[in-house]
Amino acid sequence: MSHGVAPAGPFEQPASFEFSAENKVWADKIIARYPAGRQQSAIVPLLDIAQRQSGGWLPRAAMEYLAGLLGMAVIRVYEVASFYTMFNMAPVGKHLVQVCTTTPCWLRGSDAVLAACKSRLGIDINQTTPDGTFSLMEAECLGACVNAPMMQVNDDFYEDLTAETTLKVLDALARGETPKTGPQIDRQTSCPEGGPTTLTTFKAAGE
Amino acid sequence: MPILTVDGKTVEVPAGANVLQACEAAGVEIPRFCYHERLSIAGNCRMCLVEQEKAPKPIASCAMPAADNMVIRTNTPLVRKARRGVMEFLLINHPLDCPICDQGGECDLQDQAMAYGFDQSRYQENKRAVSEKYMGPLIKTTMTRCIQCTRCVRFATEVAGVEEIGAIGRGETMEITTYLNQAVTSNLSGNVIDLCPVGALTSKPYAFAARPWELKKTESIDVHDALGSAIRVDARGAGVLRILPRLNDDVNEEWISDKTRFAVDGLAKRRLDRPYVRVNGKLQPASWDEAFAAIGAALSSTPASRVAALAGDLADAESIKALKDLMTAIGSTSTDCRIDGAKLDASVRASYLFNSGIAGIEEADALLLIGSDPSTEAAVLNARIRKRWLKGGFKVAAIGPKVDLTYRADFLGEGADVLEALVAGQGFAEVMKGARKPAIIIGQGALSREDGAVILGLAHKLAEATGVVKDGWNGFNVLHTAASRVGALDLGFVPGEGGLSVGDVEAGKADFVWLLGVDEIDMTNLKAPFVVYQGSHGDAGAHVADVILPGAAYTEKSGTYVNTEGRGQRTKRAVFPPGDAREDWAILRAFSDRVGKTLPYDSLAQLRVKLVEQVPHFAALDEVTPAAWAPFGSDGEISPAAIGYAIENFYLTNPIARASATMAECVAVKQETACGCGHSHGATGTHG
Repeated sequence: MSHGVAPAGPFEQPASFEFSAENKVWADKIIARYPAGRQQSAIVPLLDIAQRQSGGWLPRAAMEYLAGLLGMAVIRVYEVASFYTMFNMAPVGKHLVQVCTTTPCWLRGSDAVLAACKSRLGIDINQTTPDGTFSLMEAECLGACVNAPMMQVNDDFYEDLTAETTLKVLDALARGETPKTGPQIDRQTSCPEGGPTTLTTFKAAGE
Repeated sequence: MPILTVDGKTVEVPAGANVLQACEAAGVEIPRFCYHERLSIAGNCRMCLVEQEKAPKPIASCAMPAADNMVIRTNTPLVRKARRGVMEFLLINHPLDCPICDQGGECDLQDQAMAYGFDQSRYQENKRAVSEKYMGPLIKTTMTRCIQCTRCVRFATEVAGVEEIGAIGRGETMEITTYLNQAVTSNLSGNVIDLCPVGALTSKPYAFAARPWELKKTESIDVHDALGSAIRVDARGAGVLRILPRLNDDVNEEWISDKTRFAVDGLAKRRLDRPYVRVNGKLQPASWDEAFAAIGAALSSTPASRVAALAGDLADAESIKALKDLMTAIGSTSTDCRIDGAKLDASVRASYLFNSGIAGIEEADALLLIGSDPSTEAAVLNARIRKRWLKGGFKVAAIGPKVDLTYRADFLGEGADVLEALVAGQGFAEVMKGARKPAIIIGQGALSREDGAVILGLAHKLAEATGVVKDGWNGFNVLHTAASRVGALDLGFVPGEGGLSVGDVEAGKADFVWLLGVDEIDMTNLKAPFVVYQGSHGDAGAHVADVILPGAAYTEKSGTYVNTEGRGQRTKRAVFPPGDAREDWAILRAFSDRVGKTLPYDSLAQLRVKLVEQVPHFAALDEVTPAAWAPFGSDGEISPAAIGYAIENFYLTNPIARASATMAECVAVKQETACGCGHSHGATGTHG
């Protein structure tokens, strides 16, 4: 694979893939959004469902299954899947850690966050720990610049990180806990640090 | 019809033309990599930037529709600077390996870098490298050289109709590949080599063989199928090194099939380069005199009624004419060219021609295929049918086994009774009746059956009933598989009064058989008769021969071939025949002299005069003389057996292709692909 996270070790491609009954219903709902003959437009959400069903990565069998389902060539599915960095072509760790290193996060100290991840997990970017628990990725802007620096672990954002809080989050994940998502400092969602937290308590300058 | 100004010159272009075409109409050359006339517009190389008045920045001329009152400039400092900038970007990741690149000397990137590029690079960083991809035994890849113009992707998707090549990844890591490095399955795959503007996709069999400026280029005609595609034969010394397509919009546009392109190594293998005579059951090398003497002796002891001559798939019209004249002089009427046993009728020309013309397919709006799989019988024609299908409003139905034609076709069934139902006006006949220009393509698979003449008769009835033949339109098309066939039928190379046919010869009813390049018939009963094999390759016919006369292959002689449309075209000699081999007409002329039946021509020119005397349209080369519609075919019972296709293996249809190692490799790869084991079939370490 030309890009993406390397798996922990050798792995096997499953021989076949099929949506679970539940996912099939979900997929059909998405396909139905598009007019007849334009079902191929549903490929991205369907790839996402397939990746979730397969435990965080896209086996070839899944791409071939989707090609059949949407009536498109496998290479076309492969083109889409390989274009987006969110699709993984090989198994990734149970926790896929994506550290944002784009300018706002970098200015706010993403280098320290990334360094903390590397030293705690003992792996470099685009690698997976030998036990298959963590994979580490560098990500471009994930849209949480207000609370920079931040990282995404699977579907959850951890924001306002420092090296210490990063280690805390990773340690909690390693213990099998689910750390509190969102800001890791005393901040409510994306409100200013230290308040105000509502518009009613907001006082404009000079008031 | 927009009227616009290019560099101060006013041009009018057809509606729908783009600015690049307008510039060409004004005689201005615009550099380009991704744009290609016969492919969709991608607009991703940016090399064709030009300046448009009132536009804030340079425009990509290939992707900009030409409009009225546009003012385009192509020779301003801005345009020159833009081209230099684009070229500098393209060269950032392009290796400087021209000295070891097969594209060198005929490379668009090389030429345009010279003409439009900057004289130095400011790039200091590492260049990217891309791992090589496997695309089959024909296409060699060096993907580091790829500039991602996506011509190959568009060709495979649009023209060839196989969505197998794609661009994976993104940005700097974007790569062109096939899914999981599988071989491209199309019979037109070699054309991506011509389309590739750089050295990323080159010819695998031709790798490191020659530089383009060393080659002698001869414009000729292909004989591997019945289309007569325009080709260029590139030779160095005595060897033909490669074959490339030439433009001919009426026939092949600018594509050729993989067999046409890659069977070229078969021209140098298994060649008959001297006469042989069978002595005590073994073929011994002999002189021309000895060979002629042996044939003369056998001929004199055989009654004329037991003498037969067959003309094979690759024979040129001149040698067929000479053989026919020789047989007439001997007094034999047993001549036949329908090697596959097709029940073709030589007396009605419209009954064996592709009457609509190959380009005429683009006008048709309904098509019925009867026992014909154009993807193997004439791959380039199949691309033309697909092109028509992509435009829409074109219904296709087929009688025969289900195959992937690269366009949607309703497979009506395999039995000949389906055709009877259509004649009765059912099903697809309604569609044909409703069409403005319906067409039928009938293949040799349907005609070579025992009841072929009945099927031909049914097709005739269907054509008349559904308006396939009307004023200004004749959509009744016979698709031949052999380059020689139409020419031979034009010359009446079929059994005359009391003459033996191919089937009779196969049954052993002749005592003396002259095979002019015939290898595809059943040879089991030919051990007993005296067999003369005249041809270029040591194939099936040579194995049963008592005398072998070495002939010239199509690249070694000037010969006339009439394609399936009835278009007479001429090959040119690119190299000389090997050893003692001679042009076939000259061999026949020399032999006729030995047996006292001297043919009345001493040169090819004189022979051609006689040819035109017998068949006037041989004078009109490169043109199609329309044939008059007349009744043909016969009535009778049809057999319930399924209708098959003429070609079992696309890569092995003639002696040249069977001698080709490249074709053999293609067959092996196809079988591996078909095995579906899912294993990679890459280098094994013992593959040579």
